[in-house]
Amino acid sequence: MNPRSEPLGGAPLLQVEHLTMRFGGLVAIGDVSFEATDRKITAIIGPNGAGKTTVFNCLTGFYKPTEGRLTLNHPHKGPFLLERMEGFTIPQKADVARTFQNVRLFPAMSVLENLIIAQHNVLMRASGYTLWGLLGLKRFRQAEAGSVDLCRYWLDRVGLLDRADDDAGNLAYGDQRRLEIARAMCIRPVLLCLDEPAAGLNPRESAELNQLLLAIRDEHKIGILLIEHDMSVVMGISDYIVVLDYGRKIAEGVPEAIRNDPTVIKAYLGEAEEDELPPEVAADLARERASQAEG
Amino acid sequence: MAAAAEHRLDPVAALKEAGLAGFVALMLAVPLAGLETVSAPGGLTINTRWDWVAIAVGSVFIGRLLLILWRERGRRRGGPTMDLGIAETLRTAMPILAAAGIAFAVLLPFLPFADRRVLDIGILVMTYIMLGWGLNIVVGLAGLLDLGYVAFYAVGAYSYALLAIHFDLSFWLCLPLAGALAAFFGYLLGFPVLRLRGDYLAIVTLGFGEIIRIILINWYDLTRGPDGISGIPRPSFFGLDFARSPPPDGHTFHTFFGLDFSPLHRIIFLYYLILVLALVTNAFTLRIRRLPVGRAWEALREDEIACRSLGINPRNTKLTAFTLGAMFAGFAGSFFATRQGFISPESFTFIESAIIVAIVVLGGMGSQIGVVVATLVLIAGPELIRELQEFRMLAFGGLMVMIMVWRPRGLLAFRDPTVRLHPPPRRRFGLGRGKAAETGAK
Ligand SMILES: Nc1ncnc2c1ncn2[C@@H]1O[C@H](COP(=O)(O)OP(=O)(O)O)[C@@H](O)[C@H]1O
Ligand SMILES: [Mg+2]
Repeated sequence: MNPRSEPLGGAPLLQVEHLTMRFGGLVAIGDVSFEATDRKITAIIGPNGAGKTTVFNCLTGFYKPTEGRLTLNHPHKGPFLLERMEGFTIPQKADVARTFQNVRLFPAMSVLENLIIAQHNVLMRASGYTLWGLLGLKRFRQAEAGSVDLCRYWLDRVGLLDRADDDAGNLAYGDQRRLEIARAMCIRPVLLCLDEPAAGLNPRESAELNQLLLAIRDEHKIGILLIEHDMSVVMGISDYIVVLDYGRKIAEGVPEAIRNDPTVIKAYLGEAEEDELPPEVAADLARERASQAEG
Repeated sequence: MAAAAEHRLDPVAALKEAGLAGFVALMLAVPLAGLETVSAPGGLTINTRWDWVAIAVGSVFIGRLLLILWRERGRRRGGPTMDLGIAETLRTAMPILAAAGIAFAVLLPFLPFADRRVLDIGILVMTYIMLGWGLNIVVGLAGLLDLGYVAFYAVGAYSYALLAIHFDLSFWLCLPLAGALAAFFGYLLGFPVLRLRGDYLAIVTLGFGEIIRIILINWYDLTRGPDGISGIPRPSFFGLDFARSPPPDGHTFHTFFGLDFSPLHRIIFLYYLILVLALVTNAFTLRIRRLPVGRAWEALREDEIACRSLGINPRNTKLTAFTLGAMFAGFAGSFFATRQGFISPESFTFIESAIIVAIVVLGGMGSQIGVVVATLVLIAGPELIRELQEFRMLAFGGLMVMIMVWRPRGLLAFRDPTVRLHPPPRRRFGLGRGKAAETGAK
C-alpha cells in the first residue's frame, strides 16, 4: 500500500489509518492515512487551514478523532492505540512529545524550570509522590540531579545555557521556540511532533534549527513529525513528505517527487493565485474545490 | 521617550475625568452618607447630612485629579523601572527580612508594649497569615481562584469542637483529625469542580462556601445551628491547664512552674501555638514548591495545555493543591475553635474568604512574605484604628485601591526559581534590566 521501503523492517513508528476529524459539518481531516518512521523526519505540509495542526491535536490527545486508528509502535514498550488514550497519558506512557504553533512556555518560570517540568513523571516517582521528597531523601536528590543534567545537556544544545535562570517569558522569540523544542526533548520522547517550528524565525535561525533537527534525528534516533507551511524550508531536511490540502492527503513521497508533483504545485500555486483574486471569486473557488474533495 | 513626550497632560480631559468620578461619588454618597435614619419619638425619621456628601464628593474629585497627575508623571518617567529596582533590592534583602520577622514574632510576648490587646491582635494576625499561606498553595501556586476557602476553615473548627466535646479527645489528637477531615472535604469538592477554570471555578467555590455555612446553620442536631457550639475545651500545655485553681490531685500551668497566676499565660501559649502552626505551614509550602508537584502547580497556573503535552495529569495535580490547602485551613480552624471556646456559623461568612483572597492577591500571588505584609496591612491596620468605627471598612477599601494602583501585581510580586544552574548573586545591569522592565510593564 505504502510505496516507501522499510529499511529497519517491522512496523513503522507511527501508523495513521483513515483519520477523520469533523467539527460539526466541517471536515477538518478526511480519511488521511500515513506513516512516520524511526530515525526519519516526516514532514506534513500544506496551505493554511489544511488540517495539519488538527492531525497533531488528534495524535497528542487534544482532540478525539471522529474516525480512524492511530498506532504508535513504541520500540521498547510495544504498541499504543493513541486515539483511545487520555490526553496527558500520551506523553506520559507512549512518549510522544509535541510543540505548539503558538509557543506555549511557562513564562513566569525560569528556563531551567521549564525544562525540568518535562521530567515531572520521572521525578514524581523518585520523590515517592512527594513523600520522600518532603523528607529530603537522597534518592530523590540524586534523581533531581540527574534531571538537571539532562536539562543542562539540552540547554547547551539549544544554546541557552547562560540564560538558564532567567524567566522564559523574557527570552527572544527565536530562543523561546528552541526552548520549547528542548522542553519536548526532556520527556525523552520516541516521537517528536513539531508544529511549524520555523515560523517567525529569521534565515539564520531557521538554518540553525534545521541543523538541530537533523542532529536530534541522527544522535537520538527518534522519529520526528514536522509540520511546515513553507515548502522551501522543509525540502532540505525531510526524509519523507505528506501533503495535505483541505483536510485530504493529496500526495506523499520523498522530497524530489513532491517537488515535481503537479497536484502539489497546483495546490500551492492555487494558493498564490487566490491571494490576487477578488475575495468572492476566491471563496467560490474554495467551495468548488472542497466539494470536489468531498466527492 | 519621544512617544512619552507626546502624552501631554490635557487639563480639560483631566477635569472631565475627575468630574465624572465626582458625579459617581455623588450618586453613591447621597443615599449612603447623606441620609441617616434616626429614631425619633414618633418613629424613624430621616436626617440629612449634606456636609458628609460634600466631603465624599470633594475627596473623590481631588483624589482622582491627583491620581491622573501621578499617572502622567509615571508615564513620563518611563514606567515601572523603579519598581524593578525595589524588587531586586528586596530579593537580596529577603533572608534578612524573613529572619528579622521571625525573631520579632518570637520575641513579641516579652516586649514591653505587649499587653493583652497587642497579643490578641498578634494571634489574629498570625491566624490570617496561616490562612493566607494555606490559600497561597491554591491561589498563588496552582492559580485556582478559590472563593470558598473559609468552608474548610469552618470544617476544621467544627471538627475540632465536636470531636473534643463528644469524644473528649485532646487538642493534639483533634488537630490532625480536623486537618484530615478538612482535606477530605477539599478532595470531595475538588473532584467535580476542578474541571472548571477561572471565573467559573471562583463562582462554584463561592457557592460551596455558602452551602457549608447554610448546612452549619440548619443541621441543628449536630451543629446547634445559629446558637453555635460553646464550651469548647481549651488547649493545655502538655496536660497542664491554664486555670487559676489547680485540681485537688494535680497541677496547673502556673503551680507547676511556680509562677504567679496570670491570665496572660494562656494568651501567650495560644500565640506561640498559632506561630508554630503558621511557621509549619510556611516551611511546608517553601519545601513543596521545590518538589515536582509544586513545580507542576506553578506550571499549571502558567499554561495547562502545555502541561498536558508534557504528561502532567492536570486533575490530580490540582486536586493535591486543593486538598493540601484545605488541610491547612482545617488546622487553622481547629486553632480558632480552641482559642474562641465558642464557634457559630457567623464566623465563617463569605467576607472571611474575601479577606483571605485579598491577602494573597495583594501580597503578590505566590509570595510568602507578601502574605505577611498584606496581613499586617489589611488585618493589623484596621484593628489598630478601631476608633474609626464605620470608617474602618472605608479605609480597608481605600487601601486595597491604593495598593492595586501602586503595585497592580501585588506588594511583593516576584519569585525566585526553585532550581538554579548558576549561583544566585548575579546582578543584571544595562540591557538585561531594561528588557525585564519592558515585560514587567505590560
Ligand atoms: N476546535 C476546532 N473547532 C472547529 N474548527 C476547527 C477546530 N480546530 C481546527 N478547526 C478547523 O479545521 C481546519 C484545519 O485547521 P488547522 O488544522 O489548524 O490547519 P493548519 O493546517 O493551518 O494547521 C480549519 O478550517 C479550522 O478552522
Ligand atoms: Mg496550524
